[in-house]
Amino acid sequence: MKRRTLLKGSLAAGAVGIAVGSGLLAPRTVLAAWPKDAFKATSVDDALNALVGQSQLEGSDKIEIKAPDIAENGAVVPISVETSIDGVESISIIAEKNNTPLTSAYVMSPRAEGFVATRIKMSETSSVIAVVKAGGTLHSTGKEVKVTIGGCGG
Amino acid sequence: MANTIKIRARLSGDTTTVKALISHIMETGLRKDSKTGKTIPAHYIQEVVCEHKGETVMTAQWGPAISKNPYLSFRFKGAEKGDTLTLRWVDNKGESDSIETKIA
Repeated sequence: MKRRTLLKGSLAAGAVGIAVGSGLLAPRTVLAAWPKDAFKATSVDDALNALVGQSQLEGSDKIEIKAPDIAENGAVVPISVETSIDGVESISIIAEKNNTPLTSAYVMSPRAEGFVATRIKMSETSSVIAVVKAGGTLHSTGKEVKVTIGGCGG
Repeated sequence: MANTIKIRARLSGDTTTVKALISHIMETGLRKDSKTGKTIPAHYIQEVVCEHKGETVMTAQWGPAISKNPYLSFRFKGAEKGDTLTLRWVDNKGESDSIETKIA
């Protein structure tokens, strides 16, 4: 038993070592809140459970995603999310069919407005889902983005 | 690291709109070097924090699926023209940068 725990422990340490790269300790304190498990999750549900502790989504017409219908270059897909929901705690942008669907999460202070814009990478044509957490509920809306890698159009 | 961030913050009514561009490779850790066949190690920004008057306004948590040379825009309330805004990022290798700008 003891040996097993020891092995498990050293394995975990090894993985952390690789993740942190050259083993710099500085970011760990700063990044205490970085949701590693959510970014490693390979399904939308797992990512949301790891990120906000639930995965029950409620469709909302108060969220607007702006994204191209067709993205010729999957490496740069401009996305913006705007919502009129009150008391937004966080906004997450999910590319459903990416290896790890969670692309980014934005923790909003009470002074922040319900808006973020960024550019994401998408591996293939899929839904982009915006998840807005407000009042303990996950509101969401999605938009299909067609990815034509290689930029042949179509 | 210096000058990796370009930022603009503009007040309109009660709302400050921040737009930032960061120079960063944003390597996913999944790509292979075409010459050596070796996997290129992951190198991406994990956190971007915006502060105004010592208060965090917004924290972006990023994974490797954010595009190279990331763009970020957001809005917040309660600032005035001439106020100082701080934006800083930290990546998975512990590199970081920050910038201060005045709200115009």
